Amino acid sequence: MLSTPALLLATMLFGLGLIGLLSRRNILYMLLSLEIMLNAAALAFIAGGARWGQVDGEIMFLFILTLAAAEVSVALGIVLQLSYRFRTLDADAFSEMRG
Amino acid sequence: MMNLLWLIPILPLAGFLILALHGEHLSRRLVAWVGCGSVGMSACITALVGVEFFHGLPDRASYQQTMWNWIDTSEMTVGLSWHLDALSFLMVAVITGIGFLIHLYSTEYLSDDDGYARFFAYMNLFVSAMLTLVLADNLLLLYLGWEGVGLCSYLLIGFWYHKPEYGTAAQKAFIVTRIGDTAFAVGLFIIFTQLKTLSIQQVQTLAVEAWPVGSNIAMIVAVLLLIGAVGKSAQLPLQVWLPDAMAGPTPVSALIHAATMVTAGVYLIARMHDLFALAPLVQGIVAVVGLLTLLLAASSALVQHDIKRVLAYSTMSQIGYMFLALGVGAWSAALFHFLTHSCFKALLFLAAGSVIHSLHHEQDIFRMGGLRRQLPWTFWTFLIGAAAMSGVPLITAGFYSKDWILWSVWSSPLSQQWMWVGALLGAFLTGLYSFRLIFRVFFGEVRTAAHGEPGLAMRVPLVVLAGLSLSVGFLEIPHTLGGLSLFGPYLSQVLPTMEVRPGMDDSSEAFEQIAVTCSALLGIGLAAFFFLPRVSVVDRLVGTAVGRFFVPFWQGGWGFDRLYERAFIQPWFALTRDAGEFLDRGYGVLVTGAEFCHVRLSRTQTGHIRWYAATIAVGTLMLLGLFAL
Amino acid sequence: METLFYIAAAVTLLATLRVITHVHAVHALLYLVVALIALSLIFYLLGAEFAAALEIIIYGGAIMVLFIFVVMLLGPLAVEQERTWLTPGAWVGPSILALVLLGEVGYLIVAGDLPAISIQEPRQKAVSIALFGPYIIGVELASMLLLPGLIGAYHLGRRLSSEAR
Repeated sequence: MLSTPALLLATMLFGLGLIGLLSRRNILYMLLSLEIMLNAAALAFIAGGARWGQVDGEIMFLFILTLAAAEVSVALGIVLQLSYRFRTLDADAFSEMRG
Repeated sequence: MMNLLWLIPILPLAGFLILALHGEHLSRRLVAWVGCGSVGMSACITALVGVEFFHGLPDRASYQQTMWNWIDTSEMTVGLSWHLDALSFLMVAVITGIGFLIHLYSTEYLSDDDGYARFFAYMNLFVSAMLTLVLADNLLLLYLGWEGVGLCSYLLIGFWYHKPEYGTAAQKAFIVTRIGDTAFAVGLFIIFTQLKTLSIQQVQTLAVEAWPVGSNIAMIVAVLLLIGAVGKSAQLPLQVWLPDAMAGPTPVSALIHAATMVTAGVYLIARMHDLFALAPLVQGIVAVVGLLTLLLAASSALVQHDIKRVLAYSTMSQIGYMFLALGVGAWSAALFHFLTHSCFKALLFLAAGSVIHSLHHEQDIFRMGGLRRQLPWTFWTFLIGAAAMSGVPLITAGFYSKDWILWSVWSSPLSQQWMWVGALLGAFLTGLYSFRLIFRVFFGEVRTAAHGEPGLAMRVPLVVLAGLSLSVGFLEIPHTLGGLSLFGPYLSQVLPTMEVRPGMDDSSEAFEQIAVTCSALLGIGLAAFFFLPRVSVVDRLVGTAVGRFFVPFWQGGWGFDRLYERAFIQPWFALTRDAGEFLDRGYGVLVTGAEFCHVRLSRTQTGHIRWYAATIAVGTLMLLGLFAL
Repeated sequence: METLFYIAAAVTLLATLRVITHVHAVHALLYLVVALIALSLIFYLLGAEFAAALEIIIYGGAIMVLFIFVVMLLGPLAVEQERTWLTPGAWVGPSILALVLLGEVGYLIVAGDLPAISIQEPRQKAVSIALFGPYIIGVELASMLLLPGLIGAYHLGRRLSSEAR
């Protein structure tokens, strides 16, 4: 059975994505890290589906794909706006909404 | 033709929408056409439907039409569906017919008012809501109409809202009827939880199957519905709003009193008659409430100064008769009185409106007098209305309906003898106060000069209603006087006929009728004796010690306003004032606490997206840890 | 077969590590594409062939192209990196990892019908039936999500172009 190592791999990928998200200041890299995390989640679903022989895992993968597409289209639009307004991609520079 | 039924409530609604959205841009003539025309077309369609209804009556007693499903869940289906049977057709015919006449009258009565379009918009909505109420197939739709009627009465009573006391009167009407509405809503909840349906037909059949006669649940539901009916119909103890409701323009009063609003309670009880039959005790209460209200209102009507207040109290009194009849199981008699009452009460209000119009909004009857010569049309129609209300025998409609009620009270197995005596006293008082009004306003010396008779648009409704007030009584003539029974058999499709107590025969009925006739004529005669002479006998009577006590007491409607003021309003205000300080301090603590937390929490809002991501991750980890434990 | 999985997993992890540590955006993107392709191989090994195909087409194709477009549009901010983009350092790493994956796929094709990965029955049919059966609300929700995504992207992009003028 490959599902246990696959789940392990998903965990590691998720961790890497999280590390990237938290450590990189460039907003583009943060988005890439988000993509990695989404992929890790998708992998976990696929592995679960394979483990139980169910199709639900693949269906969830489809939904994640949809989510990622929607998220990326909006997020990249925001990135373009931010870079246009602030002339930088530094995420810490966009902190005007502090409480 | 039957499938046009849905247009009857929708047309006035369409009129309302047109006038409410575009009324300000339309000319007065167009507003009058839309406002009047929508109700008039409804009346025409009612006539068309009626033709087919009467042709098809032997085959089916009711007609159902569903427009669409309003609410549709697995456990509850509420359709926007109309139900036409003999009872609702009677109501619809009265509402559209008399409603149309009142609209026609208003086109002239309010011709120089600024809120012309607004007035007709509200009136149309009022008629539409009332039609929804009576045509509703289920209790929820009925409740929609019920609330719509309440809303419109508020809007119309406060129509001249720039006078603060009129606004207060409108609020009073709204709040007092709201008490009844709340009870009614609770009743609906109980019905739904118990019977899983709100359809009127199903509720009745299921209730008869599920609840034994006199069971607690039937009693509770019947009492709650009764409170609702009492609130809308201005019966004891929720009657205080009706006299103040005179703040609205006179056609509004006519509409509220004759065709809509106050008759809703009568309709509700008649509609749910099977339910009330399951709770004999509550039905007894209905009778007692009706009797008490009719005596209270009749005595109050005797001493009022305002012409419209007299009529308002008279309405309460006549609705009391209807409740009395419902309470003793004489359903058809109650509805017959509703029919005649709508005719003569609309007539009386419109005629009173004509008087007020001619006297430049003078409403005090002590400043009127001798108008007989100046306003002959108004005088004769008013006279017919007053005669019908007091039940002048043989020629007026009121005689036949009131006689039927009194005969039912006399002969019903559900009633007591003292109820009949009380109702007889009420008939006497009715004659007295009706003709007090006639003699004060139209006889004696001229106190305020009138500026001429009203125009055609006001005169036509008066004449038509006068004709109706004389003629509709012939639908049901007691068999001691020839015996023609059209109304009772017509309603027997939907309402059970009353059984007569054994030992009641023609001779006792004749005796009873003579007693009723005598008491009414005695009242009229006494009114002539009191109020016709130049030196009024009644002034001396008022001056005595007994009079000094009773007159202010009756003028205030038996002191209910003051009682409620003392018992509810003042304690409530006192509570809000004193306890307000204490409660405010509680809220103060809340405010400081919220501010304290806000300061702390807003520090976490760094605006750094990575900080947010980290907190989300930490939170997720903590939750995961929690689950793992 | 397990060996294949572990090799692909190693490729994924290495590529991902490079994504989050690289300083050049385009390089990171290249590594991410490799990671995605390796992941799709893992999907294939887990028996989700359709998911594997979608992973390459939509993730590795469409979404990554979007990223690259954005990196292009960010032009002024990335101009000093322009020169370093086409050095061997940029493409050697991804190429090696991609070669490893190519080897794996080649082996799979040559080895033929390994029992676990052979296409047994139209699994996609079951997925589709489930998708438009019990999961129909999910599909509706996804469509509701995509529409705001579309509108949002259009709005954000339009404002930029009109203000840039």
